[in-house]
Amino acid sequence: MTSTQAVDDIVRSEYEHGFVTEIESDTLPPGLDEGVVRAISARKGEPEFMTEWRLKAYRHWLTMQTPHWASVHYPPIDFQSISYFSAPKRPEDMPKSLDEIDPALLETYEKLGIPIEEQKALAGIAVDAVFDSVSVATTFRAVLADAGVIFCSISEAVHEHPELIKQYLGSVVPHTDNYYAGLNAAVFSDGTFVYVPKGVRCPMELSTYFRINARNTGQFERTLIIAEAGSYVSYLEGCTAPQRDENQLHAAVVELIAMDDAEIKYSTVQNWYPGDAQGRGGIYNFVTKRGECRGARSKISWTQVETGSAITWKYPSCILRGDDSVGEFYSVAVTKGRQQADTGTKMIHLGRNTSSTIVSKGISAGEGQQTYRGLVRISQRAEGARNHTQCDSLLIGDRCSANTFPYIEVKHPSANLEHEATTSKISDDQLFYCRSRGLTEEDAVSMIVNGFCKEVFNELPMEFAVEAQKLLSISLEGAVG
Amino acid sequence: MLSVKGLRANVGENEILTGLDLEVGPGEIHAIMGPNGSGKSTFSHVLSGREGYEVTAGSVTFEGQDLLALEPEERAHRGVFLAFQYPVELPGVNNTYFLKAALNSIRKARGESELDAVSFLRLIKEKLKILHLNDSLLKRAVNAGFSGGEKKRNEIFQMALLEPKLAILDETDSGLDIDALRVVADGVNALRSPERSMIVVTHYQRLLDYIEPDRVHVLAKGRIIRSGGKELALELEEKGYGWILEQEQAA
Repeated sequence: MTSTQAVDDIVRSEYEHGFVTEIESDTLPPGLDEGVVRAISARKGEPEFMTEWRLKAYRHWLTMQTPHWASVHYPPIDFQSISYFSAPKRPEDMPKSLDEIDPALLETYEKLGIPIEEQKALAGIAVDAVFDSVSVATTFRAVLADAGVIFCSISEAVHEHPELIKQYLGSVVPHTDNYYAGLNAAVFSDGTFVYVPKGVRCPMELSTYFRINARNTGQFERTLIIAEAGSYVSYLEGCTAPQRDENQLHAAVVELIAMDDAEIKYSTVQNWYPGDAQGRGGIYNFVTKRGECRGARSKISWTQVETGSAITWKYPSCILRGDDSVGEFYSVAVTKGRQQADTGTKMIHLGRNTSSTIVSKGISAGEGQQTYRGLVRISQRAEGARNHTQCDSLLIGDRCSANTFPYIEVKHPSANLEHEATTSKISDDQLFYCRSRGLTEEDAVSMIVNGFCKEVFNELPMEFAVEAQKLLSISLEGAVG
Repeated sequence: MLSVKGLRANVGENEILTGLDLEVGPGEIHAIMGPNGSGKSTFSHVLSGREGYEVTAGSVTFEGQDLLALEPEERAHRGVFLAFQYPVELPGVNNTYFLKAALNSIRKARGESELDAVSFLRLIKEKLKILHLNDSLLKRAVNAGFSGGEKKRNEIFQMALLEPKLAILDETDSGLDIDALRVVADGVNALRSPERSMIVVTHYQRLLDYIEPDRVHVLAKGRIIRSGGKELALELEEKGYGWILEQEQAA
């Protein structure tokens, strides 16, 4: 079957589904088979190697099972009912005004002080002009180009830098890794590509926000960051404002590669729509994030603030292959309402004298359920490896829950591991103490929670840290009592 | 200033305060002494609005207002301050940040403008000077890892900063060695003023060697059974509480 035939088949089946013919060339009907995978690749005008790469992933995916070990509960997902490619929506298909948006979401935008035009964009409403980011992005691109940094969409990279894509894509998270990584490899929509050449310190913090075509990257995002020897890059992902999306299932893959002496700092603020009060309509965020410290003395640092999504399933990990390489994971995860999160990290020590640090802060409120799941593995040749893990849970109210599953595998006698874990509640004593000093209960909670998360916020770039604090306070409003 | 009449309060099924009367005028310092279990801490907590106590009868009026009807933060806004017997640790919450938030929430509630960082730091320096404290505590998290003496000094420092009209010192002397006690007492004395009343709750007379009260009350079984001048404290120190309790029972 040629790809053209596949597209034709799809167009027909789309018609059968009663789709409006006007958008037939932009959207694939629900369902997944080889034809759909080919169609996605064809739609993006990808070279043959990429089509084959996707197909290989698809064929393997068919043999895989959805993971069931995570402590999250949701009805089975019907993968044939999902549409795997949709071009950016046309204005007439989008909500017409803010009146059509969940009022709770709008209230949050107000509290975060987001301008009205941007509110519309975040809520998925058609906006005439995409605010300032276009011009800002153009300026930034020029600065980056001068430094030799490549910063573009992964689709562009497939065309412009196929040699890098061939060499690195899937080299950290292979399509065989897990069910959702396999699915992503077959059908990924778009995402970000960053390449920092040897010895270059990226002149600015990179953020998807500044990438003009980053919007509507869809549910299967793919990110690849390569830092050559002696380079440094800091990448910011996400946005503190809650983002709404029509697609419930999000299965992103992020791969980081750091060569000798290179450092990658990857910060995430994730605030996908968690659903309404009953948890309806929230995003399922099933993400595979992994970095490989390939070179000696390289360093990869993950910092995440997770407040959104109905269900989060995410373990940003580091493979410490290079000798003396360093992996870090700093995380704040908040579950409230009916949110569920199973998150943590994996630190795989392969090289000698590798060291890793894990600081995980989990906050549960309402009926939120949260699990920290972490693996520290010291391999046979990882002489002198060190890990420090600190895993703290804070419970607010008595209907939420927190679990901790730290897995440790040590195969070298010289390993030095420390693990600290605490579970605490915001005590009545603490609240009363703050209130007796004139603070309201909500201010007190926000202050105590921010204090609890401080070690992680300290790792975030300045502006992000300030926003994250504000976001946390807003997220937990009304959580007590 | 403060008028407590026939106050009765329960913790669960147990009646702890059994009809407590107390009048405190502006600028006065009243010491409340009593044996363990007499209701001293319950009284402090009821005045500051802590949950877990049920007031069953009586009234507490502060500057003409029904204090019991107010939330703890509203009491703070009106100038009531409790120096805790066991100050609470707030890990990760910077002490300076906490104090600024507290002061500004009180100022805001009073319709005053909030202090910016510069004026706040100036104010802090001024207060440190009055209390002869250094600023080492300010950079740390609120009470986290503080020694007993540091915690109590921090309470007095908060009091200096928040400038309450009524300060309740709940067994501020407990767990302090003699040097720490002196530092705390000097702080309290420096904050004496005609506009500030204080209730000093204590188990031992020792603190009253340094903080001279206008009135001394003996609290037993949930009510005040004897009141007098500062000489009453000395008498208690000498004879213990037993004789008053006996006299009380005989009467």
